[in-house]
Amino acid sequence: MRLVVDLNRCQGYAQCAFLAPDVFAMHGDESLLYNPEAAAEQREDVVRAVAACPVGAILLELTDEDMADVVSQGAAAGAGSGGTR
Amino acid sequence: MTQALLREIIDYANRANPYPLYEELRKTPVSHDGTGPYVVSTYYEIHSLLHDPRISSDSRNLKATGDDPLGESADDEGAALPPSFLKLDPPDHDRLRRMTNRPFGPPHTPHRVHDMRDELHGLVDGLIDGIATSGDLDRVDLVDQFAYPFPVTVICRLLGVPHEDEPRFHVWAETLAASLDPDPDADPAQRGKGTTDARMELGMYLAGLIEERRKNPGDDMLSQLATADGPDGAMTTMEALSTSALLLIAGHETTVNLITNGMLTLLRHPDVLQRLREEPGLSVPIVEELLRYEPPVQLLPQRTTLSDIEVAGVAIPKGASLWLVLASGNRDPKRFENPDRFDPDRKDIQHLGLGSGIHSCFGAPLARQEAQLALSELARRLVNPRLLEDPPPYRQNAVLRGPRHLPIACDGVLPKAA
Amino acid sequence: MTGERTRDGSLEQLKREGRIVVVGASLAGLRAAETMRDKGFTGSLTMIGDEPYEPYDRPPLSKQVLLGNAVADHTALPRRRAIDADWRLGVPATGLDMAARTVRLGNGDEVEYDRLLIATGVRARPWPNPEEAELEGVFVLRTRDDGEGLQRALAAGPRRVLVIGAGFTGSEIASACRERGLNVTVAERGEAPLVGALGAVIGRVAAEMHREHDVDLRTGVMVTALEGDPAGRVRAAHLSDGSSVEADVVVVSLGAQRNTEWLAGSGLGAGPRGIACDAGCRAFDVRGIVTDDIFVAGDVARSPHALFGYQFLSLEHWGNAVAQADTAAHNMLSESADRRPHLWVPAFWSSQFGVNIKSVGVPPMGTEIIVTQGSLSERRFAAVYGYQGRVIAAVTFDNCRWLPFYEHQIESTAPFPPPYSTVDRRPEGNKPVPADFPDPSVPTHGPTITLSGYSPADRKMTFTPGR
Repeated sequence: MRLVVDLNRCQGYAQCAFLAPDVFAMHGDESLLYNPEAAAEQREDVVRAVAACPVGAILLELTDEDMADVVSQGAAAGAGSGGTR
Repeated sequence: MTQALLREIIDYANRANPYPLYEELRKTPVSHDGTGPYVVSTYYEIHSLLHDPRISSDSRNLKATGDDPLGESADDEGAALPPSFLKLDPPDHDRLRRMTNRPFGPPHTPHRVHDMRDELHGLVDGLIDGIATSGDLDRVDLVDQFAYPFPVTVICRLLGVPHEDEPRFHVWAETLAASLDPDPDADPAQRGKGTTDARMELGMYLAGLIEERRKNPGDDMLSQLATADGPDGAMTTMEALSTSALLLIAGHETTVNLITNGMLTLLRHPDVLQRLREEPGLSVPIVEELLRYEPPVQLLPQRTTLSDIEVAGVAIPKGASLWLVLASGNRDPKRFENPDRFDPDRKDIQHLGLGSGIHSCFGAPLARQEAQLALSELARRLVNPRLLEDPPPYRQNAVLRGPRHLPIACDGVLPKAA
Repeated sequence: MTGERTRDGSLEQLKREGRIVVVGASLAGLRAAETMRDKGFTGSLTMIGDEPYEPYDRPPLSKQVLLGNAVADHTALPRRRAIDADWRLGVPATGLDMAARTVRLGNGDEVEYDRLLIATGVRARPWPNPEEAELEGVFVLRTRDDGEGLQRALAAGPRRVLVIGAGFTGSEIASACRERGLNVTVAERGEAPLVGALGAVIGRVAAEMHREHDVDLRTGVMVTALEGDPAGRVRAAHLSDGSSVEADVVVVSLGAQRNTEWLAGSGLGAGPRGIACDAGCRAFDVRGIVTDDIFVAGDVARSPHALFGYQFLSLEHWGNAVAQADTAAHNMLSESADRRPHLWVPAFWSSQFGVNIKSVGVPPMGTEIIVTQGSLSERRFAAVYGYQGRVIAAVTFDNCRWLPFYEHQIESTAPFPPPYSTVDRRPEGNKPVPADFPDPSVPTHGPTITLSGYSPADRKMTFTPGR
């Protein structure tokens, strides 16, 4: 499961680090570090993190393998689109 | 004009559906008359003010004005407890929030909220089981039987507050939440007195607990707040008191509305409820859309200007009171397509439901997890649920808006997941 | 949209069956390709990249990867959509024939195009002495392979790492080394880290961060030579102050060079400072005439920005690559009246020593700076740069939620010094001080923004041909 965070947009709200702590981690109070290729078993957590990002900064691409047993991917589909301005 | 509209928004008669009033309000993005507050109702203006360092959350920067219903209660509050970080600016806000976050979230405690999922699930299971065994499925109050006890139990466990004391601080929490409610008709002196008394009693109650935790610390947040000594030093007793009071009240008065507004909205959108029943994962985007569509905190009534500023062509003087109507910004057609449509498939959903900027909701990740679990399990287990009253009776509060009761009927309750 | 009568059908034909070639298969190239497909381009799309890998993300290479929290070959960029491209990876473009509309490849192939997007980016500036650069243990950090190699070298537990150059990348590398418990020396020619990008006022804060984390920071010095052992492994570096540093890993972090050599002699306005293009991302030729079929995006582009006096900005910024790629792709498939200018306000971030550094605007244009919020000594602050009485840039250390406000100040040419009070204003925020950027004529270690040139309307331009 590939992902990238637009760190220009990121404002350190840490929702991703709360909800998917094995993929996203805060480094200090405001910096975000993340694993750009998370394991498939992290999928549910990552989808929650993507949806919770207040600035829509996380772009997630589910691989075909990940998609196979995704019941709902409504949240993932919106990742990375849109913007505040 | 503005004052009349504000009166209508605050008027209990309009509690069930304030959205047409917000639509009216948005015709003037920043409205003001007389000596009342400057009311900001459009998305982009609210969003930019939430990131504007010329705006203070500290009511001590407010110039007292006759028509601001919050002027008095804000002043009185200081008498019992110092302001919590909700009502402070940096650097005090930042320091206290960092210290409070230390035992709660990343970077120091990254797994705490995530790892509460099983416990939350168990609570949800138990409360829905309780509905099943209560016997009367023809009249279930989803507030009293579910949406209130769930987050209250969670915040009590997280903080380490004995659950058997709940009835005592329930009263204080209600009083203090009501003090956020800008009711221009209330007698300020009486209200202020009630608020002060409630804060005093809650403060004394918490002081006792904190004293006890300092001697026998546990792994609850109260112990950690009372004893921690990180790079920011230790909290004073007064700081620990106002911080824990803030968490306790917020944990009591907001998530309950998110869950109740959520079930009400789902019951009004049976197609979505049906989809959720089949795909529990849909609870994730549903909760985000709910935070936009029916946010538990409707407006932020306690910001003030540190300088003369201009917003949407309106000059706002230094020391003015600002109301940021989050729920109105969330329905701004300049920001969201079909804003009055409840649409969990919405791709572009950067709502204001949890605020934005440095004061954005502290408990957001916990509230999200609670609401997601609550809604997906209620949807899955309640058989053919239906509203008995629409609209349901609302709480008085216009700021922390939500139904007081949510009477429903259902045909049965499915067993919990194995 | 333009009226139908202005259309001759050629755009529709291009969208339906045209040939688009993208040279440079990294962030900008990929995002542009996705946008083109989004806009309904159904013709052939060729992606040419000199590295053998599909597009990957570079920022993690100096952070997560060096910390060992992520693996260099697991940094492939997520796709926003399928792009159905003919990928020519591991083959560099070596030439351009503008008249014949062909790109020549390193393997002798020629690829024809109707529209060309150049997004060849930059590469790490190598250590100037090629023999010393060849020593084992000497690294640069730009590519996935660089990141993988350096990570392995750090994991082997070197006795000391020497980082040459304290720009953002060098500082991030030093930070990662300290976090891994490695001894590290940083040698910087300027008076402090980050001076080229943020000026000496902020640079001094960065220097304190290095020293507080036990980095052996040496400023105002140059590394004059690297010394190897008989086995060809680096063992020491000699500095201009006469001292030497024993190190078994040396990371050369001296900024970047633009990948434009392949365009030498093509007639395109490309040189060491990048490829000049207009605000709509169309490349200029050497005569200063804008082309219609060649577009540029990302680190290799230099384009005029209306907000900054139409100066030509070269921005080595992740966000610029994304935004400019989107604009270029849009414009490549639009009638002229529908084209958009690239008006992205420069913004970047860096994470080092646990501090989040973010900036908007063009700090090096600033002559003065004022700390509007917080305090430099606490390393939590917002500071604003002023230029000719207006706000031109801002920087935050662990205070980024205020940055959108300052971005708006820049966009609206707000006055400097700011005439308002703010939360968390300290005594040091009472008046501006000189921002203290180094003299731009003295080379520094890779500022991230290069300012040069004037409005395309006022001047003819001279381009230095590629070397």
